[in-house]
Amino acid sequence: MRVAVITFPGSNCDHDCYKALKVVPGFVPSFVWHGSSELGAVDAVFLPGGFAHGDYLRAGAIARFSPIMEAVQAFAASGGPVVGICNGFQVLCESGLLPGALLRNDTLRFRSHDVHIRVETEATPFTSAYRKGQVLRIPIAHGEGNYHADPETLAELEGEDRIVFRYVTSTGQLGEGSNPNGSAHNIAGIVNASRNVIGMMPHPERAVESVLGSTDGRGLFESLSRHLASRAA
Amino acid sequence: MNRFQLEVRIKPRPGLLDPEGKAIHHALDSLGFEGVDDVRVGKLVDLQLEAPSEEEAIERATQMCRKLLANPVTENFRITVANEPSDGGRPA
Repeated sequence: MRVAVITFPGSNCDHDCYKALKVVPGFVPSFVWHGSSELGAVDAVFLPGGFAHGDYLRAGAIARFSPIMEAVQAFAASGGPVVGICNGFQVLCESGLLPGALLRNDTLRFRSHDVHIRVETEATPFTSAYRKGQVLRIPIAHGEGNYHADPETLAELEGEDRIVFRYVTSTGQLGEGSNPNGSAHNIAGIVNASRNVIGMMPHPERAVESVLGSTDGRGLFESLSRHLASRAA
Repeated sequence: MNRFQLEVRIKPRPGLLDPEGKAIHHALDSLGFEGVDDVRVGKLVDLQLEAPSEEEAIERATQMCRKLLANPVTENFRITVANEPSDGGRPA
């Protein structure tokens, strides 16, 4: 299963994604430079974290016009799985592949620490290896992760089971102390209407080996591997 | 073609939480500046461009805002002409 990891100028989690895709069996990752206009024959695409184009103007605003993004749009439109992590989530929102926007954290601080997130749905290519309600411990590292969307969009996300992860306390509860950045409805990750594009602020690629402190992110990669295998069968 | 200098003001949409504005508001309060009701922080983009007319210049800047400069989910924008056309004047 071939996976493209897109490198923008300023990406800094592209190697983490690449490494995670090596650690979890079944993937053959390769880097694709943002200036390329072709993805090649790949089965999935990762938009990694970092500060593409220095986050100038708005995080992801300039990256979305990188030449490769046209190919990513086409790949997503054809049903190909696309994973945007952190800055990758911001790029997906700016490009319109996902609704809403990511604002400055309400604390005004760059938050870099582990958080707990709850799996809200198993019905995506990215979460089938988890249980609904399962609480994961996964790191975040962002200054602009405060998910915002208008009330209609939020109702749509809720109604269509498109909120994939929510920030929770260590015991899986919403409320006091659970939300690190002010995100609406404690949203940490969402999928598009056809469920093949996911954006999330936490970093599953940094939680795939016990030496990293947590292996809770592995499930996302295992889910994707399972999904691609079943599609190929 | 005439050269125009446009100012594009981009502001967080009304009602949208603006933590940066809030932090500045707090700082102003603690410095003793009284009567500040609200603080919102946006961006100012200076654009210099050539266009056949002012109308056309504003139209082009509007397209730029819609496509890149402002995010319609979170921001509003306003375009003003900062100067009279300078280069060569208007065609006779």
